[in-house]
Amino acid sequence: MITLYYFAGLREATGTAQEQAELEGRTVDELLDWVRHKYPHLSLDAVRVAVNEEYALPDDRLRSGDTAALIPPVSGG
Amino acid sequence: MKPYEIVTEPIDPQRYADYVLRPEAGAVTLFTGHVREWTRGIRTLYLAYEAYVPMAEKMLAKIGAEIEQQWPGTRTAIAHRIGELKIGEIAVVIAVSSAHRKDAYEANEYAIERIKELVPIWKKEIWENGTEWIGDQRGKPETDSGQADPAPIPPKTRRELP
Repeated sequence: MITLYYFAGLREATGTAQEQAELEGRTVDELLDWVRHKYPHLSLDAVRVAVNEEYALPDDRLRSGDTAALIPPVSGG
Repeated sequence: MKPYEIVTEPIDPQRYADYVLRPEAGAVTLFTGHVREWTRGIRTLYLAYEAYVPMAEKMLAKIGAEIEQQWPGTRTAIAHRIGELKIGEIAVVIAVSSAHRKDAYEANEYAIERIKELVPIWKKEIWENGTEWIGDQRGKPETDSGQADPAPIPPKTRRELP
């Protein structure tokens, strides 16, 4: 099982701060496809994915127990 | 305090300046970023910041490590506040000390640029008639407070309050 986190506008658009999904063995790109399928109205164009609190690459593969966060464009400062 | 932290209470910048000060340091630069009332002619009532806290603190520490590598002999502390912030309040503080002033100035500016690229923190502007999560601010013109101006908001992305 993977824990997914949504922040800022994505949290508001999905109505979800976190959820569990059976995405172990899938890549980061496939995770984004899963999210797109579940929330077709979401815009994920500029969204990056962090796995276990580090920015991940599209081909990185998820393992059971991972946390994956969808990171919309940041605006700190 | 931690040298790289996300906080929910008002920031006292002096604590971060004190942390980086040491006998070898001849210079300390202290940057504070504040909540600005007017952006693109729209009046902000207050800001709400949100962060992915454990990752944000890791990324702040990573920026500190990059600074240590590029400007050896510096010491850095960075804090960003989250939650609801009023006009004029401090959102971010960056303190850098170095033997001579040039390194402290350069490293301090590098830190704020990297924060805007890397650190999972999001700002929501709350106006009288609506709200908006602000996106990518890199490469935008600087304004008086030192915070970059976000791009104009396409009308379709605005969410009006009921």
